[in-house]
Amino acid sequence: MMKTEIAQFALSLIISPFLFGVVNRTKAIFAGRRGAPFLQLYYDIFKLLKKSAVYSTTTTPVFIAAPIISLGAVIVALSLVPFAGYRSLVSFENDLILFIYMLALSRFFIVIAALDTGSSFEGMGASREVQFAVFAEPALFLSLVALARAAGQMSVSDIFSRSAFSLWSSYGPMVFLVLGAFFIVFLAENSRIPVDDPNTHLELTMIHEVMVLDHGGIDLAYTLYAAAIKFWLLGSLLIGVFFGPQTFGWGIDCVIFVVSMVVLACIVGIVESTFARLRLLKVPHFLIVALALSVVAVILTLR
Amino acid sequence: MITILLIVVPFFSGVVSFFIKDDRPRRALIAVCSIVHLIMAIAVFNFYNKTQGPLAEWFGFDDIGIIFLLITSVLFSGASFYGIRYLSDEEKYAHGGVKGRGLFSPEAVFGGCFQIFLSTMTMVIASRHLAIFWVGIEATTLASAPLIYFHRTKMSLEATWKYLLICSVGIAVALLGIFVLAVANNNRADLFLARLIENANCMNKLWLKAAFLLLFVGYATKMGLAPFHAWLPDAHSEAPSVVSALFSGALLNCAFLGILRAYQICAAAGLGPYCREVFTVFGLLSVIFAAIFILRQGDYKRMLAYSSVEHMGIMSLGIGFGGIAVFGALVNMLGHSLVKAGLFFSAGNILSYFRTKRIEDVQGLMSGKTRRLGVLWMLGFLLITGTPPSAIFFGKLIILRQALSAGFYAVSIIFLAALVIIFIGMARIVIFMTQGENTCQARGDDSYNVKGLTRLCVPAVFFAIAIILGLYFPDWLTGILESASRSLGGP
Amino acid sequence: MGHWLDFIGVTVLLMNLMALSSSRIKSCVRIVAAQGALIGCIPVIKYFPCVAPVTVIFPLTNIILKGVVFPWLLLRALRAANIRKEVEPIGGYPFSLLMGVAIFVLSYWVISRVSGPGQPASVLNAAVSFATFFTGAYIIVSRMKAITQVIGYLMLENGIYLFGLVYLKEQSLLVEMSILLDIFVAVFVMGIAIFHISREFDHIDTEKLSQLKDIMATGQDL
Repeated sequence: MMKTEIAQFALSLIISPFLFGVVNRTKAIFAGRRGAPFLQLYYDIFKLLKKSAVYSTTTTPVFIAAPIISLGAVIVALSLVPFAGYRSLVSFENDLILFIYMLALSRFFIVIAALDTGSSFEGMGASREVQFAVFAEPALFLSLVALARAAGQMSVSDIFSRSAFSLWSSYGPMVFLVLGAFFIVFLAENSRIPVDDPNTHLELTMIHEVMVLDHGGIDLAYTLYAAAIKFWLLGSLLIGVFFGPQTFGWGIDCVIFVVSMVVLACIVGIVESTFARLRLLKVPHFLIVALALSVVAVILTLR
Repeated sequence: MITILLIVVPFFSGVVSFFIKDDRPRRALIAVCSIVHLIMAIAVFNFYNKTQGPLAEWFGFDDIGIIFLLITSVLFSGASFYGIRYLSDEEKYAHGGVKGRGLFSPEAVFGGCFQIFLSTMTMVIASRHLAIFWVGIEATTLASAPLIYFHRTKMSLEATWKYLLICSVGIAVALLGIFVLAVANNNRADLFLARLIENANCMNKLWLKAAFLLLFVGYATKMGLAPFHAWLPDAHSEAPSVVSALFSGALLNCAFLGILRAYQICAAAGLGPYCREVFTVFGLLSVIFAAIFILRQGDYKRMLAYSSVEHMGIMSLGIGFGGIAVFGALVNMLGHSLVKAGLFFSAGNILSYFRTKRIEDVQGLMSGKTRRLGVLWMLGFLLITGTPPSAIFFGKLIILRQALSAGFYAVSIIFLAALVIIFIGMARIVIFMTQGENTCQARGDDSYNVKGLTRLCVPAVFFAIAIILGLYFPDWLTGILESASRSLGGP
Repeated sequence: MGHWLDFIGVTVLLMNLMALSSSRIKSCVRIVAAQGALIGCIPVIKYFPCVAPVTVIFPLTNIILKGVVFPWLLLRALRAANIRKEVEPIGGYPFSLLMGVAIFVLSYWVISRVSGPGQPASVLNAAVSFATFFTGAYIIVSRMKAITQVIGYLMLENGIYLFGLVYLKEQSLLVEMSILLDIFVAVFVMGIAIFHISREFDHIDTEKLSQLKDIMATGQDL
């Protein structure tokens, strides 16, 4: 059934920037503003694609290559992720490891590009980003391992192709813990409050923003698009826990899935509006909570 | 019936003491209560084999129990007479300057808790159900904590907090041990001692070992075995001497009883050698710790506290060596309770007179007005370190004899070395304190707060009993001790 | 049924971790109280269809005592002592949290190794009971304020009680009541002690309660 899988993949690629619009609109509603249009990110990306980029003389070809590589890595990861409980575009035995590594690769190149500029400001942002990754990545990995042990498979598609009801009834508490860990990691990886404020432009408070500061034109378009895809990626993992395979027809399943992604984006918007950003020293603590939850989830599957 | 009375009478008397406003009637009540308790204890001793009655399954005295009861009761009587005199002498130094802040005056709290303490200790000794035993031990901790805080100073508060927390945590570990024991008993929550000993053979050995260790560690915290003795020196040095005497002489024994009960069950299950190893290890450790810490003591009550740690270690070693050493351990326990109580009473006298706990400020006890104090102090020191004809000498001799004949050569050498070090340490301190010029007289301070003879007679009587026991063991006593040691795996 | 017990077990474990990582003492007290009340519900759930008044009376007393009375006593002492936050525990909060997880991993390992009559109704709950016990002990060791030490003691007792529930089939009402009464008096006395400490010392930092020691500098007075 290659057609459905390609269609799913294309759908993910197309709809992902829309979610950022939903998040921003939710925040605007909370703030009493009208807010930017839903399709703002699309406009931004297309505008940037037409512009050219300016490169500093201290940078190397790595700086030029990094945005494309990170985008490519994220797209590869996207191809591994199931959509609404259906199989993903590419899936093979133990592709969980590849998935994690692709995400890590994407982050690695962003950080390398930041360090490449030779500015201390970017270096500071890079070090913070990596510091949080130290806790976020094991948490993500262990949560996926817990789900994998519950499903008995190590392929991302297979993990989420189990019937949701059977998963919840036999591993109920574990799934709760995994959800908790996932949500925290989701917020951390996408640089959302309470880990990082995407709207801040103050040097002392930026974490992720710092690293994309130097990219312009096409590179910035790639980076923004990669961020959108990452949002979709991790969101579909989060929601995938609730979806069983082929409950209703393909079309209806897809619609439900997209709607729930929009709901997730709204929730993120609500979280961003109601919480304040954590003090920088407290962020590792927050992420260690995710790590703890995922470790406990793994232990719970050791029946 | 009398068993229940033994527990209930001091409890009610204690509760009533809280509400008596006047000091004198309260003190009289304390004296009366302890005499009544002693009389009842002697009555139980003569009739206990035939005690049947309500709750006989829950409360009753066996051979071991009766010995502990007698020690506790005798000690309490002496302590209450000494305590009454002590309270009336100390009235001037109004308890650290705080007089009656709160619902009850400090002395009312003292009097009430004192008797409730007696009641809870009797409950511990009389219980034949492990959970009730546990409840009793925790109750002794709670009843005695206010006693340490009698003087209402910062130091005593610190000591009280340490005591409360460390002992409660230890006793909580013992509770876990009781549950583990129930699991070993095939998940049946039947904790009557007699039934447990009967069923011991069909218990799961692994869980039983775990239960024994947990119970040992838990009750050893209360007993003062190293390395769980952290609260002991502080509590003993800060509490009034009456209370310290009771702690060393009666309370530590009660905790020891808990370990002995666990040992009875395990020995019946065939884990005797394993348990004895545990006893030997911790006993040796306690004696070594005591030896190390006694050498550089600055406070004479702390010195006595470490001596208690040492003797608890000796008792533990006695059980650990097995055979006739169990008899020796029990004799040691008898002697230690009496002599240590007497020593603490004498320490109380010294404190009243010299107003300081530091050794370097006390000198020349044997000259001048404090002659009798000095004699008692020196005598007590000689008795506690095992100079014949002390009962303690007897006990140590039997233990050592068993150790050597059972082949524990290395342990015996270390044990003897530690005993020698302790003797030297204590001798240094006691000789320093008793010889030379009487510093109080040199200062011109003539406030001799030890009025009357009671505070000298009580320790003297205790020392006398200890000496008599060292020379001549009455048959009834030998009989009981032998049957007690038999139920603990002796010959 | 077993499902519900597992849920309770995991919630108890989460409460352990929450208590380890929270710096506000009030919330610590409430967490441990909720934990005690939750564990108290287990006997009722176990016997759910056939619940006689006799079997309910002890769990009910337990829940009320641990869930209502103990936090009231402790919060009263806290108000008298007038403190809000805890000092950093040894190693910091994240370290405590990781230690809590490590304790759980260790407990699970130990329980899964054990056999014999020690076949608990639920391996998870047995591991959680051990973990609660050790977490309580860890709280006592790593925290400085006297009141957090009492909270650790209560968690210790929670763990022991859960252990008893998991392994033992029936318990005598009298025994349970007396143990509960004992713990109540213990908390009461400790509350009074904390009150006195806060009055004498103007703080309840047990790290500073270290005047009594053996080796003293010359000339230092007791």
